[in-house]
Amino acid sequence: MPVKTYRDALRAAMAEEMERDESIVLLGEDIGVYGGTHLVTNGLIDQFGPRRVIDTPIAENGFTGAAIGMAMAGLKPIVEMMTWNFSFQAADQILQNAAKIRYFSGGQLSVPMVIRGPNGGGVQLSAQHTHSLEGFYGHFPGLKVVSPVTPEDVKGMMLAAIRDPDPVIFLEAGALYGTKGEVPDGDYTVEFGKARIAREGTDVTLIAYGRQVNMLLRVAEELDGEGVSAEVIDLRSIRPFDVQTIVDSVKKTNRAVVVQEQWRWFSVASEVAALIQEHAFDYLDAPVERVSGAEVPAPYARNLEIAAFPSEAMILEAVRRVLYQESK
Amino acid sequence: MAEVIMPKMGDAMEEGTLLKWLKNPGDEVAEGDPIAEIETDKVTLEIEASESGFLTNTLVEEGATVPIGTPVATIGPQDEVGKAPAGGAARQEPARIEDEGLEQGADEAAHGAGTSTEAEVAGAVNGSATATATAEVQAVPAAVERADGERLRASPLVKRLASEHGIDLAQVAGSGPGGRIIKADIAEFISGAKQPPQARPAAAAPAPQEQPSAAQPAAAPATGSVVEMSRMKQRTGERMAESKRDIPHFYVSTAVDMSAALEFRKQVNASLEESGGKVSVNDLIVKAAALALVDNPTINRSYVNGQLIQHDTIDINIAVAVEGGLIAPFVPAADQKSLGSISRLTKDLSRRAREGGLRPEEYQGGTFTISNLGMFDVEEFIAVINPPQAAILAVASVRETPVVRDGEIVIGHVMKLTLAADHRALDGAEVAVFLQSVKRYLENPMLLALS
Repeated sequence: MPVKTYRDALRAAMAEEMERDESIVLLGEDIGVYGGTHLVTNGLIDQFGPRRVIDTPIAENGFTGAAIGMAMAGLKPIVEMMTWNFSFQAADQILQNAAKIRYFSGGQLSVPMVIRGPNGGGVQLSAQHTHSLEGFYGHFPGLKVVSPVTPEDVKGMMLAAIRDPDPVIFLEAGALYGTKGEVPDGDYTVEFGKARIAREGTDVTLIAYGRQVNMLLRVAEELDGEGVSAEVIDLRSIRPFDVQTIVDSVKKTNRAVVVQEQWRWFSVASEVAALIQEHAFDYLDAPVERVSGAEVPAPYARNLEIAAFPSEAMILEAVRRVLYQESK
Repeated sequence: MAEVIMPKMGDAMEEGTLLKWLKNPGDEVAEGDPIAEIETDKVTLEIEASESGFLTNTLVEEGATVPIGTPVATIGPQDEVGKAPAGGAARQEPARIEDEGLEQGADEAAHGAGTSTEAEVAGAVNGSATATATAEVQAVPAAVERADGERLRASPLVKRLASEHGIDLAQVAGSGPGGRIIKADIAEFISGAKQPPQARPAAAAPAPQEQPSAAQPAAAPATGSVVEMSRMKQRTGERMAESKRDIPHFYVSTAVDMSAALEFRKQVNASLEESGGKVSVNDLIVKAAALALVDNPTINRSYVNGQLIQHDTIDINIAVAVEGGLIAPFVPAADQKSLGSISRLTKDLSRRAREGGLRPEEYQGGTFTISNLGMFDVEEFIAVINPPQAAILAVASVRETPVVRDGEIVIGHVMKLTLAADHRALDGAEVAVFLQSVKRYLENPMLLALS
């Protein structure tokens, strides 16, 4: 299977589908002539022309609203947020219109659009430019929210997102655009609402999405050296959500640690912990642990930024607590 | 297929005995039909079918004692009658220990954590002991010390596994935070590596408090036979032993001249004759004690985990002897009830206590207990405190005794009262004042009618 970067897999999904489907248009800041701030759309304007790859003004609320109108009228727009932090400008359009038009119109209209861009922090962009918004967008019925971490999944989920009849919040692992992995050629989709077992294990279930999945795989490797077999689950899709895979795993391991970069309160990890106790209460040998970002606006200083995000050491500590191995 | 489980009737219930099957496998049952009679430590109850269908299997034999939550029967469609139930609903035999179990109990620690006094009932049954004795002596691990009222903590997984495998968690030490019992603490019982501490059978040998020497034979009787103890008797025994062990009892006695009270009772009963009601001496004492508790609220307390609880209501338990043991239902808010209503309620509670028909909420609770042996020609006696209450009043018989009244020796009707009190909660002086108060009400019985 060919090896591609996360960025190239993402571009391939959009380009291949644009070849097949003329109703797809791209909108965003500097995505055309400049090739995209993160080079995700690099070269697409040459391939598809400025009518399908549209450079917009710096006006998220405006171009997102325009894209919603396009979607209602039959096009399939893909909107790039230069980073998800700028989507707050467009939050009214996304939450009040995109998420609700199908409902408001009694199903007469739908909004088949994708809003995509890099999510999360870790690269010293400071408080305004470091947000993980999966909990925020996952809160709203009417939106679908996904967060793929492998190049293979990012292509398959982008194809599924474009074909989805409803607005999809496509949260890319911004820190991982350059990471490589095997990516199948051609047309395939990864179904929303299906988690991926990234590593099988029997003693503890580690759950994350986005770039924290890679961290969990390293933690699992370390635990393996200590004789602890960890199962790693990549949620992939925040809404719809795959309860079954998690419940099956916890029934097997009796313990769970949920890891996320976003803040703990009212977060994805909180939801996962609640679902586990609802569906697997009688199988739990320890309270579900959450490892989350520190409850502060993201720091700029490198040392503080590192301290504010989940680390392998923090995850290991949580794993030891659920295994009752912590040193007292 | 639906499981019918041993229900939990009241907070103190940990296990129940299946007395009798009222339905047999193959019988059609409707939801709510009684299918079996069970006995808890206090009462006899019926278990009802949890849904309609056919009784497909009975999983517990008559006479067997199983922990609450244990499946005892299954209900399903007719074609599943007699088919083995899936999963954990394994047939529960009356808890008995095989010989090898005894050996394991003797030479191994009962649980991996090793934080508590270990189960070390000496397994080496005296060679001359009869087969019966061998079978009846249970290798029960020493009960893990948990303070009165301390909650048993176990992970949800452990609770489920314990229920499926018949492990009595009360006897397992927890190695998790706050003493939580975790999977690792019971893993060896489940794998079969060690004998699980099961629910104690009816004739269980008492768990030793200290480790006996391994060579010491189990306390099998040299002659005679083991007498089956009722659940109620076991439970009462445990509570009384705990009370005498943990509570520093002290005793204060007084003598009450009941002449006026007996005369008062005669008058009351004469006026009640038409309605068929009859007030007993005990009813007078309940009322007198209730009013004395109003005057002396410090007696109406409980001592729980190092804290004194002041009760808002005066709920007086009355110890009732019943077949197979003792039970103490209570008269709620006795200070606010008339003599007539105390009398009616007491009669009803006593009758239902003897018939095994009390509801848990009628005997779980109470703030002060009265034990009256007056009907048995008793000079005086002392009672054991009913924990967590702070005091218990022992009432002896009314006896004709010479007393000095106004400088003259006359025949009085004297009744001895002895209050046993918890010295952690109460001191001598307040107990003496309380007894004076009880005495004053009984010797001036019009006060009982006035209040």
